[in-house]
Amino acid sequence: MFYREAGQFKTNYKDDQAVFPILQDRLAIGLFLIVAFVAIPYFGNDFFINSMMIPFLIFSLAAIGLNILTGYTGQISLGTGAFMGVGAYSCYKMTSIFPDVNIIILIVGSGCFSAVIGMIFGLPSLRIKGFYLVVTTLAAQFFLEWCFITIGWLYNYNDSGAIEVPQREMFGIIVTGASATPVTRYLVVLSIVVVMTWVASNIIRGRIGRAWMMIRDMDIAAELMGVRPLQAKISAFAVSSFYAGVAGAMMVFLWLGAAEVESFDVNHSFLILFMVVLGGLGSLLGSFMGAAFITLLPIVLGAIPGILGLHINAAALEHVKFMIIGALIIFFLIMEPHGLARLWAIGKQKLRVWPFPY
Amino acid sequence: MFKKLILGATAMAMVGGMQIQTASAEEVLYVPSLSYRTGAYAGGGTPIANGFADYMNMLNARDGGIGGLKVVVEECETGYTAQKGVECYEATKGKGALVYNPYSTGITLQLIPKAPVDKIPVLSMGYGLSAAAVGETFPWTFNYPATYWSQMSSILKFIDSQDGGIKGKKIGYIYLVSGYGKEPIPLLENLAKTMGFEVVQFPVAGKEMQNQSSQWLNVRKEKPDWMIMWGWGAMNATAVKEAAKIRFPMDHFIGNWWAGANADLDPVGKAGTGYRSANMAAAGTDFPALQDVIKHVVSKGKSQIEDPTKVGDVLYNRGLFNAVLVAEGIATAQKIAGKANISGSDMRDGLEALDLSAARLKELGLEGFTAPIKGSCKDHAGGGSIFLQQWDGENWKRTSDLIAPQTDLVRPLLEAAAAKYVSDKPEWKTQTCK
Amino acid sequence: MDLLYNIFVDPFVQMAGTPDFFLQVLWEGFVTGTLYSLIALGFVLIFKASGVFNFAQGIMVVFAALSLVGFHALGVPAYLALFLALAVMAALAWTVERVILRKLVNQPEIILFMATIGLSYFLIGLGEFIFGGEPKSMITEELGLPTGSTVIDVAGGIVILQHIDIAAALIAAILVLGLAIFFSKTRIGRALRAVADDHQAALSVGISLNQIWAIVWFAAGIVALATGIMWGARSDVSFALQIVALKALPVLILGGFTSVPGAIIGGLIIGFGEKLFEVYWGSLLGGGVEGWFAYVLALIFLLFRPQGLFGEKIIERV
Repeated sequence: MFYREAGQFKTNYKDDQAVFPILQDRLAIGLFLIVAFVAIPYFGNDFFINSMMIPFLIFSLAAIGLNILTGYTGQISLGTGAFMGVGAYSCYKMTSIFPDVNIIILIVGSGCFSAVIGMIFGLPSLRIKGFYLVVTTLAAQFFLEWCFITIGWLYNYNDSGAIEVPQREMFGIIVTGASATPVTRYLVVLSIVVVMTWVASNIIRGRIGRAWMMIRDMDIAAELMGVRPLQAKISAFAVSSFYAGVAGAMMVFLWLGAAEVESFDVNHSFLILFMVVLGGLGSLLGSFMGAAFITLLPIVLGAIPGILGLHINAAALEHVKFMIIGALIIFFLIMEPHGLARLWAIGKQKLRVWPFPY
Repeated sequence: MFKKLILGATAMAMVGGMQIQTASAEEVLYVPSLSYRTGAYAGGGTPIANGFADYMNMLNARDGGIGGLKVVVEECETGYTAQKGVECYEATKGKGALVYNPYSTGITLQLIPKAPVDKIPVLSMGYGLSAAAVGETFPWTFNYPATYWSQMSSILKFIDSQDGGIKGKKIGYIYLVSGYGKEPIPLLENLAKTMGFEVVQFPVAGKEMQNQSSQWLNVRKEKPDWMIMWGWGAMNATAVKEAAKIRFPMDHFIGNWWAGANADLDPVGKAGTGYRSANMAAAGTDFPALQDVIKHVVSKGKSQIEDPTKVGDVLYNRGLFNAVLVAEGIATAQKIAGKANISGSDMRDGLEALDLSAARLKELGLEGFTAPIKGSCKDHAGGGSIFLQQWDGENWKRTSDLIAPQTDLVRPLLEAAAAKYVSDKPEWKTQTCK
Repeated sequence: MDLLYNIFVDPFVQMAGTPDFFLQVLWEGFVTGTLYSLIALGFVLIFKASGVFNFAQGIMVVFAALSLVGFHALGVPAYLALFLALAVMAALAWTVERVILRKLVNQPEIILFMATIGLSYFLIGLGEFIFGGEPKSMITEELGLPTGSTVIDVAGGIVILQHIDIAAALIAAILVLGLAIFFSKTRIGRALRAVADDHQAALSVGISLNQIWAIVWFAAGIVALATGIMWGARSDVSFALQIVALKALPVLILGGFTSVPGAIIGGLIIGFGEKLFEVYWGSLLGGGVEGWFAYVLALIFLLFRPQGLFGEKIIERV
């Protein structure tokens, strides 16, 4: 009744191609942004912002990156963790080489490095696909991990082998380092994620994005219709790794504060792949939903016994979490292979016809 | 139908997540325990967490807590990953945490810069950043009873006392490739010059820790006189087995104190006879305090330990020792602050003034359990001595006297490392010592 | 110039200079390769019959070994424990077929692949829940496996052969032979090959896909148990093993996803290559190259022969 597009006429192409063609969607997204930018910083406590919102946003961005590659271009990758690492390490190097440059520029700029690395490891995708590509991206994962450990230059020859975030200010406010408040870091993360999501949605709607989707749906047909597989695939790898790199840089600089190689291991690649598949392949909204699901589920699961007044020891709880995540993934794949985004679409459709479903 | 259920459940979960509030109820001494009972390193994490919790629960049951206040130990599962460790830190710091025991060098490194900001000290007991022992530079970080560097210097001192000295010998260093394993390398390279020996490194990647045959082939190629290991988890058992396979003389193979647990050598059994490892706290239950733990906690079924015979294992006692340090820190802090309900900064002062003398150890029912430890504003490691234990095929036997670290060699290097750590952090806050 | 010498001359000088050590390296490579082959074999079995890329094979290895050790810890005699562990793997195979595969028929490959990742997460949680996370020692002696070692004098040096390694190689050979006979001589084996060739055609001649899948997963479970015992005896049984199991992926690339001999040869190539490279060239790169050597070798291989050494040539090329 309320969610209905009747009466909203599009009188020119520009309206027809808008990101949010329906008025209610525009209102909803506006409301979302107000909640995210105003209500959460104002009402949320440190734990909520630091342990839930910031990781959720960062992983959303990484999931968008992987979704561009896997969901839109159809190339499976298990190297996301390592590409995030490339972003983090290059950002760290740049902060020590250019201490005076604005940290936001460095964070976004570090994405370029991981884009280049991503393009190099994306080259085999021109000849192979499917599981074969999984193995080449795994090669990227393990090789890059080894580089992060072995090449001392990357972590400034620290005794600990870890990268530590220096304190940086922007307009007199401390943005990174231990003294930065969670709210500041949250707002920075949120702004970057919002802008980059907007950019992603426009790339995907545009010529490049449509070329990716043609490659995904049928590469030979796409080639016949004038899409160059070389450019389409490599650009998908580049953009995808760029997003992953920025997410990795944000993860270290705006969330963890320091990182070792373990923060970029293959488990992260899996987790991000889970986010993409659970959220919905080929859906930006799905990336957010998948990221929310995977990052918030353990926290919520951990809180449930406390709410119910049960006492379960930490280890058993952790094991149960693993089992539940595993089981839920299988359950979702069986019941709704298109992910949470598809559920959302069904919900929207139901709203549209409510209260007269026929 | 089920789709609606999922939608509903997701929405509920979101709302539920928002409502997690930090609850600080009545006055207690709140000590979070960042444990890891899961993951590849659970074999080491579980007994430590048990020992830690059991000692605190024993204090609660026997003495009614410390200074009249109950100690609340809340475990948070880190799985030995730095990321989850930080999440645990964020989740628990608001509840009035007194001190953090991260049990992982990776997590410690992440918490060091956070400690001064949140005013909660970090006690990395025998792990973490060695340079953190320099109290002037790291007011909020403690490294009792000894740092990796001083431990390494003790081990080298031991080697120096055997077979006609260390000069001209070749020392192999096999380590887990992580912050933990790489930590002592600068010291090793430095002491190699001063003490006149040669170092060969054998890195073992975490993923490959059960597949070490190439490292040990390299050992066979290089033929070092001694091997020193900085290993953890499944790496230890595999390394000792491989060493036995290539017939490396076992009594020339020395692990650090994280490479000498019962769980490490039980799978090896007889083949590991003669293997040595460092330790800082005695194994076994022949101490009044441990008997109290058995009486008040374990025998009443209040412990998480599954097999009561594992009380007194090397790592169980390690966790218990950590609890002793924390409890002593709390007691000292209460004395200094003149109140029972202390804060994180009181706790810091208490830890800094920690004085675990031989007499005090006897009072606690832990005579001969460990070397005496005395902290100061300058020295946050207490200069603890270590001893070596040897595997006899079934259990660990203590086989050496206390070996003091070579403080004169190590301290200047620690100070240099500390200075390097803060060199790119202009905002870092240090303290001056009288 | 020095670098070139270190890369192209020095390693070979070392090999020739200490032939006993070189033989030892080869032997280690052979044994490791055998174990990789065994893991890869589990993947190949399932991939051939159902087109599922079973990511959970690694955790199945751990799970099988843990069940064996767990039953023995309960006081069950070793051989009975072995039998019970097999029963567990059979139950797992049946459950997987019932609960997962049957529901996901005709889904795209990636969905099935993801489902097996979900399965491996579930099994990690379940395994740790039941058996605890501590590493356990394999009941090598109780199973009647040899533990000693033999020393052979070669060219003025020694080569040490562990009996357990010899046993591992023998058991792997027996398993492969057994599977080969099973595939070519038995009724079920022929049905399996029919399914591997064409699902629909197999169905139309009355072969029950569901039954075949359960059997194949059980066979993979047997292979997993054998791998778990062997690897467990070499180090110990812990969850860290499942990461080693990922090495099977490059093995598969080399050998081809559908070829049993390919899995064996691929495993051996990776095993030999990895050890030789680590021991003779690894120090030039700072050591620890084993972690990625297999993957990078596979990557290079992919560029020239994407179908693997023995794979079917019908691979989709772009």
